[in-house]
Amino acid sequence: MSRRVLIASFEHEQDVLKATDEVRRRGLRIIDVFTPYPVHGIDRAMGLKPSKLTWVCFVCGLVGAVGMLCFQHWANAVSWPIDIGGKPWNSLPAELPVGFEMMVLLAGFGSVFALFAVCRLFPGAKPKNLMPRATDDRFVLVLDQDAAPFDIQQLETLLADHDVVTVEEQVLD
Amino acid sequence: MAERANELRPTLITGDKTLGDVTREICEPMERRPNGLWWAAFGLSSSLLIVGLVAVTYQIATGIGTWGLNKTVGWGFDITNFVFWVGIGHAGTLISAVLFLFRQKWRTSVNRSAEAMTLFAVMCAGIFPLIHMGRPWLAYWMAPYPNTRGSLWINFKSPLVWDFFAISTYFLISAVFWYVGLIPDFATARDRNDGWRKRIYGLLSLGWNGSSRTWHHYETVYLLLAGLATPLVFSVHTIVSMDFATSVIPGWHTTIFPPYFVAGAIFSGLAMVLTLMLIMRKVMSMENYITVTHVESMCKLMLAMGCVVAMAYGTEFFTAFFSGNVYEQFVFKNRAMGPFYWAYWTMVSCNVLGPQLLWFKWARRNLVVVFVITIIVNIGMWFERFVIIVTSLHRDFLPSSWADYTPTTIELATLAGSFGLFFTCFLLFCRVCPVIAMAEVKGVLRIEKPSTADEPATTEERVAEEVLT
Repeated sequence: MSRRVLIASFEHEQDVLKATDEVRRRGLRIIDVFTPYPVHGIDRAMGLKPSKLTWVCFVCGLVGAVGMLCFQHWANAVSWPIDIGGKPWNSLPAELPVGFEMMVLLAGFGSVFALFAVCRLFPGAKPKNLMPRATDDRFVLVLDQDAAPFDIQQLETLLADHDVVTVEEQVLD
Repeated sequence: MAERANELRPTLITGDKTLGDVTREICEPMERRPNGLWWAAFGLSSSLLIVGLVAVTYQIATGIGTWGLNKTVGWGFDITNFVFWVGIGHAGTLISAVLFLFRQKWRTSVNRSAEAMTLFAVMCAGIFPLIHMGRPWLAYWMAPYPNTRGSLWINFKSPLVWDFFAISTYFLISAVFWYVGLIPDFATARDRNDGWRKRIYGLLSLGWNGSSRTWHHYETVYLLLAGLATPLVFSVHTIVSMDFATSVIPGWHTTIFPPYFVAGAIFSGLAMVLTLMLIMRKVMSMENYITVTHVESMCKLMLAMGCVVAMAYGTEFFTAFFSGNVYEQFVFKNRAMGPFYWAYWTMVSCNVLGPQLLWFKWARRNLVVVFVITIIVNIGMWFERFVIIVTSLHRDFLPSSWADYTPTTIELATLAGSFGLFFTCFLLFCRVCPVIAMAEVKGVLRIEKPSTADEPATTEERVAEEVLT
């Protein structure tokens, strides 16, 4: 399925922010905005919902902490109890440090791998960047033209109001 | 408006850089051949590394009897160096995670190399307990895996096991934190290079394209990692201190150890970060990115930490004498006036007196003074660990078993080798990775659009501004 897109590039963060906000309010479908650094407020301008990856972090951390505490208890009190300095076998305070470390380890790795999965980041992935300068010094707004409620001239005037640098049309496969 | 904002928050990056300037100036060193200075430094540090490798091979082949340890002083150079290097690592995480949570934007210029420094320092630290095990090829016995010996599980009540988990987690999480930060910068390097560089950076950047949808998740994960790394960094040195504090040795068995160790770790780490930064900004011409203001901020942190450490030295002595415990009192008298008095007073003068000059603004902004102070603090903090370990052990409960401790050439060569490993890794890092977090620095440039303030804002613009603020 091919679709026509409009690629508009900007030189300033303020311009892309305002342009994005405006085209969204005019009912255009924003495919994405490519920026060299995270632009604050772009999520609101694009109408993105807060990331749900915090839940992945929470669940992984919980699994790490509870899992490791249970494992330690099982290993040192059930599977092979060893008397060490007369300490109780099921001494919880002594098991907290390792439980804590496992919580951090799993929560950290869990959230990062979830990020890679959600954003399709993996070694060998072909970067779909329509304008390589988006990782350097350009802010690139990509709009779905098929779904646009009005024609290209109007759109170009709108973008020109926000000091757009280049506008080009492209057909994506 | 803009002028007033600039007064409140001074510019972090000087030289009126554009986004393109940042990309070019930070990527170029990775794309050209290293200069003579780099080769000289690399030659020196890799020679040290080779000395270390020879020493390590010899001591593993022969056994740790090659060390100067004896029945009384069971921990000496090895654990001193281990704690020293772990401590160095702490400033990296402090700068990357703790200062991120406190929204200290100046961290963006130094976090990348500080995090790299953390990784290399933890690598150096890991070598020492590994060799101390005596049979390092059996190091995997530290991990709780089902085995043919029972399964005989590890003793989870031992602080040494906690330490294994803490250091391993710390290394892995720091590595992930560092790599996640590098992905957007690798993508920048990929998009401006051709040939084999493009392929390698392409592989490392995982197909990053700067999409705001990705940035949106990315920023959430970065914040989560910072939130996780902050308690982690405090836990790591707390657990290192518990290696000592859970024993019953006078001089070690104190509740002040966790905060005392953490403060000391951050203090020594900041000193090492500053040492490296001051060299790096000069050698790699990064004066506009790591400015005197950055150095000043780090000096203030270092001074604060130095005062905490000084306070801890005082508290230790006070508690020893206030406790009425004769063994505790003896250890502290012995520290200051016993055979190792020189080590103790080196520690006090370097760590307590050294940083006091930083109360003055002229000193914080004089790079030569700062450099000298950081070297002094590095030396002082190494001696702190030496004093804590050796002076607490060498005169134990039975005067008949009192002993002396002198490091052997092998131990000195291993210490030199660990510095070789650290600087070799750091120099290689400077060649192949963007040494400054470009994506983060670009975000704090605050480039003003050529002024349009005279024109009345259009309705759309006012609406947009309201939506965004």
